[in-house]
Amino acid sequence: MHICCLLNLSSVEKQEDTWDGLFYRYRDLAPQLVPLDYTDKPAVTLPYELIASMPELKDNPFRQRIAEVFSEHGDGNMTLDNFLDMFSVLSEMAPRDLKAYYAFKIYDFNNDDYICKSDLEKTVNKLTRNELTPEEVSLVCEKVIYEADVDNDGKLSLEDFQHMIIRAPDFLSTFHIRI
Amino acid sequence: MPKHEKSTEGNDGSGDNEEGSAAENEENVKGTDKGRKRATPRTARSHGRGRARHGDEENEDDEDGTRRAGHHRHRNRRRGRAAGNEGSDSDTEAAKARKNQANQKSKEDDEEEEDGKGGKSGKGKNEKKVDKKPDKKGKKEKANKKKKDKKKSGSGSDSDSEEEPITEEELAKLKEEVEEKKKLIATLRNKPWKMKKKLSVLKEAQLFVEKFEGALGKGKGKKFYAYKVMMTKKWMKFQRDFENFKTACIPWEMKIKEIESHFGSSVASYFIFLRWMYGINMILFGLTFGLVMVPEALMGKPYGSLPRKTVPRAEEATAMNFATLWDFSGFAQYSVLFYGYYNNQRTIGWLKFRMPLSYFLVGVGTIGYSFMIVIRTMARNANDDGGGDDTSFNFSWKMFTSWDYLIGNPETADNKFASITTSFKEAIVEEQESRKEENIHLTRFLRVLANFLALCTLAGSGYLIFFVVRRSQKFALEGLENYGWWERNEVNMVMSLLGMFCPTLFDVISSLENYHPRIALRWQLGRIFALFLGNLYTFIIALMDEINLKLEEEKIVKYNMTIWEASLYNGTIPENSTAPPIQVDPADVPRGPCWETMVGQEFVRLTVSDTMTTYITILIGDFLRAVFVRFFNYCWCWDLEYGFPSYSEFDISGNVLGLIFNQGMIWMGSFYAPCLPAINVFRLHTSMYLQCWAVMCCNVPQERVFKASRSNNFYMAMLLFILFLSTLPAVYTIVSIPPSFDCGPFSGKTRMFEVISETLEHDFPSWFGKVFGYASNPGLILPFILLMVLSIYYLNATSKSYKEANLELKKKLQSQAEENKRRNKQKAQKSNEQEENPFETEPPKPKGGKQDESTPNQDNKKGQDGNESKKTGQPQEASSSQVLQHPSLAPSNHYPPQSQAGNLPPPSIAVTRPPGPRRYGMPGYPPGNPCFPGPQPGMPRGPHNYR
Repeated sequence: MHICCLLNLSSVEKQEDTWDGLFYRYRDLAPQLVPLDYTDKPAVTLPYELIASMPELKDNPFRQRIAEVFSEHGDGNMTLDNFLDMFSVLSEMAPRDLKAYYAFKIYDFNNDDYICKSDLEKTVNKLTRNELTPEEVSLVCEKVIYEADVDNDGKLSLEDFQHMIIRAPDFLSTFHIRI
Repeated sequence: MPKHEKSTEGNDGSGDNEEGSAAENEENVKGTDKGRKRATPRTARSHGRGRARHGDEENEDDEDGTRRAGHHRHRNRRRGRAAGNEGSDSDTEAAKARKNQANQKSKEDDEEEEDGKGGKSGKGKNEKKVDKKPDKKGKKEKANKKKKDKKKSGSGSDSDSEEEPITEEELAKLKEEVEEKKKLIATLRNKPWKMKKKLSVLKEAQLFVEKFEGALGKGKGKKFYAYKVMMTKKWMKFQRDFENFKTACIPWEMKIKEIESHFGSSVASYFIFLRWMYGINMILFGLTFGLVMVPEALMGKPYGSLPRKTVPRAEEATAMNFATLWDFSGFAQYSVLFYGYYNNQRTIGWLKFRMPLSYFLVGVGTIGYSFMIVIRTMARNANDDGGGDDTSFNFSWKMFTSWDYLIGNPETADNKFASITTSFKEAIVEEQESRKEENIHLTRFLRVLANFLALCTLAGSGYLIFFVVRRSQKFALEGLENYGWWERNEVNMVMSLLGMFCPTLFDVISSLENYHPRIALRWQLGRIFALFLGNLYTFIIALMDEINLKLEEEKIVKYNMTIWEASLYNGTIPENSTAPPIQVDPADVPRGPCWETMVGQEFVRLTVSDTMTTYITILIGDFLRAVFVRFFNYCWCWDLEYGFPSYSEFDISGNVLGLIFNQGMIWMGSFYAPCLPAINVFRLHTSMYLQCWAVMCCNVPQERVFKASRSNNFYMAMLLFILFLSTLPAVYTIVSIPPSFDCGPFSGKTRMFEVISETLEHDFPSWFGKVFGYASNPGLILPFILLMVLSIYYLNATSKSYKEANLELKKKLQSQAEENKRRNKQKAQKSNEQEENPFETEPPKPKGGKQDESTPNQDNKKGQDGNESKKTGQPQEASSSQVLQHPSLAPSNHYPPQSQAGNLPPPSIAVTRPPGPRRYGMPGYPPGNPCFPGPQPGMPRGPHNYR
């Protein structure tokens, strides 16, 4: 039944093979855990370690955040639905606003719905593998807040973030995963 | 607001109005209800605020809803009338009822959403987990209920449709319903819901569509849509592959990218320049190879048939020695590689290929093409520069969009990390430079001093070169044999010593100036360039001397030739003019010095030795040094890696200048040595690989990695200058020195360019020659040149004015952005002040009332100047909210809920609408909850009507 509706979804909306492929990808992560037959909706959850070992995510500095954002309880463990969710948002066809929304969530490390300075610092350190000095990091963070903070509250809200990201020339091309 | 709407709609009929207001009332009640419900777990303060806020949102919803409803009704009515007014009243009644139901339902949905979200973000994590399950259960239940509802209503409608034939109006409604569902399906992707919810909604919608599309006879739509989606996907994939293919076709793109990621864009700019040069040289090579060398080798007379194509007897013994060949004499000298080998036959081979003409035209074309391509590239780069980047979000974009989520391989990831770090460093350097505030007078003084010192150095070295060249000319006149090694090699030694020490000196001087590294690099380049011009000058002087010497020699040889010929024929020439000439081996025929080949050889030798020097410098200076530093560091008394020798940095200025001057040599010499472009292509090709390797393995990035200007226009300008300088001697020799009498394609002519007039005479009709003659007289050429100058002036003036306009606009934009920021800051301050004493403005009741009044105005305004507000974005919004609202209301009404950050979870905005920035006042965008098409009350909403 479940698979059936998945296919329903795919036939109209997405390419079938992609979705089929996604299911098999999911299953390949743990063939012993995930049954082939999803008709009775088994409650299977794959741990974060397995998700993060996918080649698409393995080298991504934000893989943990991605998994956490899309997982049911924010712990990085994923059901098939979450998994599909993740790749539908990160797919090429997903609209910009949706991507921006989830990008915001990914970069919001402490889940307080604002990207504050500590989030920015974490982002920079992840992006540069701690190769910048603390002064440089804080300079960069200050500059980011100065640039993107429209309402001057010293942190970036979702609106600030969107306002900034929709003008970025290569956000769409970089914020997607091909599978 | 609703009133306003009504009044505009007044002529529509009173029944409608009543209906509408009733619905609204109900909804208002609901809204407040909901507000209360939501607010219960919160503090009293947030209670009021949340409610107010909700009321507000609800109002917005309603407004839009009614507007649409009105619109819709209108349409329906029209259709109804067209159909003959049958039973339209009852129908609208029914529609109203349905609409209300629908609204209710959608509200419920909303609520559910809100609650879920509120629970998620507002409460702690533990609570969340506990809360979630019942929530979900609720959802499921609801969904089930919905389905049941639908089933009921579906069956009802089915029976309805069985009872009476579908009226046209119903059909229209149905159609709209289906369209709506379709739209939902299409936009479902855009909603930030969990997959489960999406699935259930989608299934519902699809079932509906499937069921009723058949009734409407439009079953094909779905297939077509699927097909379309598939095609777009295929097309996108194709485009992507094509992009990839294009990138793969750019040679060395990956190498350069890798270098850029580790060493910054300034080093990469050198390699990009090198690649560009490689392209140019490929084309020059194609020209000379395809139009000169290959035809001569295939169709010209073979080796040994003519004196000019044979190695002279005296050199035959050593002609095949490697040392001779390495020096480009011997067999190499008497081959297609050099000018002297070519015959002066007007046409060669069965193709009647005009060899001399082709030779001349290729020589001219090489120079012309180079000028054209350099200037065109410069112009294009200038265009790029003029537009400029939008740097308003420089750092933010770097932070949030620089990681490429596609990266799935550790090496690429490493590169990407390095490149992001480098780009951050570059941006930081820019930022620090722009911030730098120092003693301007001191800096100015130091800069003047530095320039003075540099000028002194240049003048000194210039004089030194001049002096040495004069002296060497004197020595040459007296005969070099009387002098020692130093006197003979004085010029070369002085030149290389200058080339070694002056750049270092300039480096020291430039550290005085305290420029931004990019500008410092330009100064450095300019100064070394000026120094190298001296190099060029000595070279050309020496060459000219040599040419003059050869010309003298030629005269003597010519004289000797006649004597030799006379001795050959033993004075029997006049009688034997008809008899076959005496066979002499071409190798024994005396010949002239052929200065053209000499010049070509000189250039080829120079290029080769230059290449060798570069490679050896790389190997010793970079590679051995790196090896030494790396391995002797274990057993040395100080730290070699961070101490004295350290690893070398990549010398951008030296390499760029080397490339430019080398190219100058090519341009100067390719007329006399057609093989020169080929050699250069080879050199550039190998040096690309060698230098890429050397950079990656033996160099360290500069201390301050700086961003190169995006266009290489400074390099280009130097290249253009060199091109100009190097064409001067080439053109001079072509135009004003007579070609050698016994070698090369122009032998026998007094000047090389006579080949043109010869072609005109022989290969074109006579009138063409006449026209050409008229066209080339000064009376026509001078006005033409004048015209060109005028047009250049005009174009230049226009482009300048455009540029100014551009700058002006940019300034305006910037000032506007600053203005926005200032305003926002003011607003933020105001709200902060208000935050400090929140209880003064607390009373909830008047607040709600006021808001009801203020929001409609605002909304109307927004609707009126939708486009304007879209353009200017926040300022409009900001001003309108400032003007229209009591300041105390600002925080609760305006979108940034920053003052309530602690207690009101902002995701209630974020989640209820898919990230579409409401504040741009998008016209036609439903400001309400788009998660389910509930808030479109005009639609006869229910699947439950039709099942």
